[in-house]
Amino acid sequence: MSEWTQRLENPVSARLRDPAVSGYAGIVLGVFAGFLAIPPIEARTNTWPVLVGVVAVVLGIWTVTRGRRRLGWGAVAAGIIGAALGILATHSGTGNLEAVFNASLVAQTFAAATPLVFGALAGMFSERSGVVNIGLEGMMLMGAFWGVYGADKGGTWVVGLAVGMLSGGLLALVYAWFAIHLRADQIVGGTAVNFLALGITGYFFFQIYHGNYVPQGVSTIPNVHIPGLSSAGFLGPAIGNLNLLIWVGFATVIVSYIVIFKTPIGLRIRACGEHPRAADTVGINVFLVRYGCVVLSGLLAAAGGVYLSDGFGGGTFNDNMTEGRGFIALAAMIFGNWRPFGAFGAAVLFGFSSAVALRLQVYSASASTLFNVLPYVLTLIAVAGVIGRTVPPAADGKPYAKQ
Amino acid sequence: MSEIDPRISAPEPPEEAASSGTLIASIALKQRAGGIVVPVMTAVLAFLIGGAVVAATGHNPLLAYRDIFNGAGLNWIFHPTTNIANTAAYNLSQTLLQTTTLILTGLAVAFAFRCGMFNIGGQGQYFVGLIVANWVGYDFQHMAPLPHILLAIFAATLAGAFWAGIAGFLKATVGAHEVISTIMLNWIAIWVGEWLFGDGGPLQNAADKTIPISNDVAASAQLPVFWGVQALQGLDIGFFVAIAALVAFYLILNRTTLGYEVRAVGFNPEAAAYGGINVKKNLVRAMGISGAFAGLAGAIDMLGYLYHFGVSDIPASNVGFLGIAVALLGRNTAVGTGLGALLFGALLFGTTHGLSSSTIQPELAGNLTYIIQGLIVLFVGADVLILYVWNSRKRLRPQAKAMAA
Repeated sequence: MSEWTQRLENPVSARLRDPAVSGYAGIVLGVFAGFLAIPPIEARTNTWPVLVGVVAVVLGIWTVTRGRRRLGWGAVAAGIIGAALGILATHSGTGNLEAVFNASLVAQTFAAATPLVFGALAGMFSERSGVVNIGLEGMMLMGAFWGVYGADKGGTWVVGLAVGMLSGGLLALVYAWFAIHLRADQIVGGTAVNFLALGITGYFFFQIYHGNYVPQGVSTIPNVHIPGLSSAGFLGPAIGNLNLLIWVGFATVIVSYIVIFKTPIGLRIRACGEHPRAADTVGINVFLVRYGCVVLSGLLAAAGGVYLSDGFGGGTFNDNMTEGRGFIALAAMIFGNWRPFGAFGAAVLFGFSSAVALRLQVYSASASTLFNVLPYVLTLIAVAGVIGRTVPPAADGKPYAKQ
Repeated sequence: MSEIDPRISAPEPPEEAASSGTLIASIALKQRAGGIVVPVMTAVLAFLIGGAVVAATGHNPLLAYRDIFNGAGLNWIFHPTTNIANTAAYNLSQTLLQTTTLILTGLAVAFAFRCGMFNIGGQGQYFVGLIVANWVGYDFQHMAPLPHILLAIFAATLAGAFWAGIAGFLKATVGAHEVISTIMLNWIAIWVGEWLFGDGGPLQNAADKTIPISNDVAASAQLPVFWGVQALQGLDIGFFVAIAALVAFYLILNRTTLGYEVRAVGFNPEAAAYGGINVKKNLVRAMGISGAFAGLAGAIDMLGYLYHFGVSDIPASNVGFLGIAVALLGRNTAVGTGLGALLFGALLFGTTHGLSSSTIQPELAGNLTYIIQGLIVLFVGADVLILYVWNSRKRLRPQAKAMAA
């Protein structure tokens, strides 16, 4: 009954004046401003992207004055970036635009985003329990090499995935012992993990394969064909033939959200990350929770690595294959504010920007660089607190000593 | 209850228990051990485990380490000669070339550490220094050598300071963690470098537009070589700049007000603020000086022996990250950083270009360097482990005596 009266007292016009609505509308319009100039709409004048971008900026500023600063500045940024991209796009030929922005870009975005999704979730579990993990890059690299090794020697990609994930989990266990039991500085320890993984994978890659490539015909992680979709116009090339691990990645996001926010285990994890002493007082084994989360972090990051070598890479490996993806994953986790869906959104955004960068390489090196740099610049802006402050768990990075 | 873990302390006498647990006790023990024991044991332990990996994969670790030792030119001390035609002398000159860079990138990490910050962005600041030194070195033609060199070094150092200063500024103003911001700045510098030197980039070689490589710096900006031949990448006077930087680091930290304030903030920011020190100003300042060392490293490398830089060189370079291991092993002191840089400089050259060995290939040895580096950083971060090993040695001694008697 009371809900109904509230709704009656809150007519549509009043709800439209809610700053949250204008903020989200601004962000949507900003993104739309950029999309106006690219296929399938392809506006050929500057007028429309600029006009829509300006509306987004105005909505953003209005939202800021109404107190929703983070959302408002987000809308302002979306409006400016959208309008700028729209103007850039109207200056290039429609043929080039269609070659860059098409349905298979969606597939490439997900392909580029998947290692980041796994990495970002890995980082989230570790940091939610209070252990900073900048060793994601190293754990991912371990997964990449030992995954393809397992697939080669074990004969099937299932073995590869298992071996790869175990290798990441093992490295994470070593890190956990130093970070949790020995109370070593976690940034120093994470740096060490990255060096170690680089050395171990490079050493054994040369030792086992003698500097050659992994032999052809290694069992790779299969793609999932969705029968009905292959004939559908846009969805077919977009999501009709994605790798199995991409779908597993999507599922992991949902499972992670449920585990972290809807289960007692998640509550314990968060308690250890926010106030370990209080968690200890109510009988939670802080060490055990942290060990579990760091090892889980290693398993997940390594799964991202296995995808890179045995899924996306088609059963190959090369020295330092991850090339900083672990750090982009770390950035995605921070940009997503230590939340599963936030991290997923950031990972997809960063995957999109690197997929676009790859395609733009042929047309314009400077525009390609711009898209490559975007994840790092956005994260820098996010930690600077211009678009709302990112808030790490309170006890993140602080070793816990029992009393 | 004290901070001691009851499970560890219960069965042991109090004196021994304290040394395996509390911070104060561990510091006291470190002082008793003279401060040198932990780094040395760290390195020894890392080399032992690295040797175990080598042995497990079917190579003789002793022969491998001997070949790396010779590859680094360290056998020069047994028959010293300044004739660069001698392999040992040549290898040593190359090791010292690497040491020069590592001293400076190590100091960059160490200075920030002394102010309580972790500058993980030495690599980015080094790249910014490289880029600016290359630009000034090539674009400002027809200058007299001395002003040209000084201008290039000054500009590159300033650029490095600015790049790190961003992170310092963000930490001081909005509290952004310097580790995150320097990692992001690293990758921004890397991509900007790829663009500048890449195909069609503003700093790409004017002669051949098909290869993604920069111009060579003008002869007037190249540092004089004092050991060896310039064409064969001889040792340049940048080595003395690095030694001077070590002295400057010591003097700034220990003999100036600035250094005192930086150390005070590093020890305890709250106490420093209570004592009237402007903490925010010192965070920015320390980060700026830290970046200046890394930018200087880039300048010395560019003007000293690289002269140009290509896109393919970017991922291969990690002297900025090696600086972390150098500084940590050197306990963030001037002397320690110098020795750490020599160790890693020797490893860097001795396992790659200098190595001629039938026991272990350079590809394996080069990766062995990363393993040893990783282990050293891992162990340095955990004093407790090293102290535990050191303590158990002491604990074993009375037993051994008892058994002998």
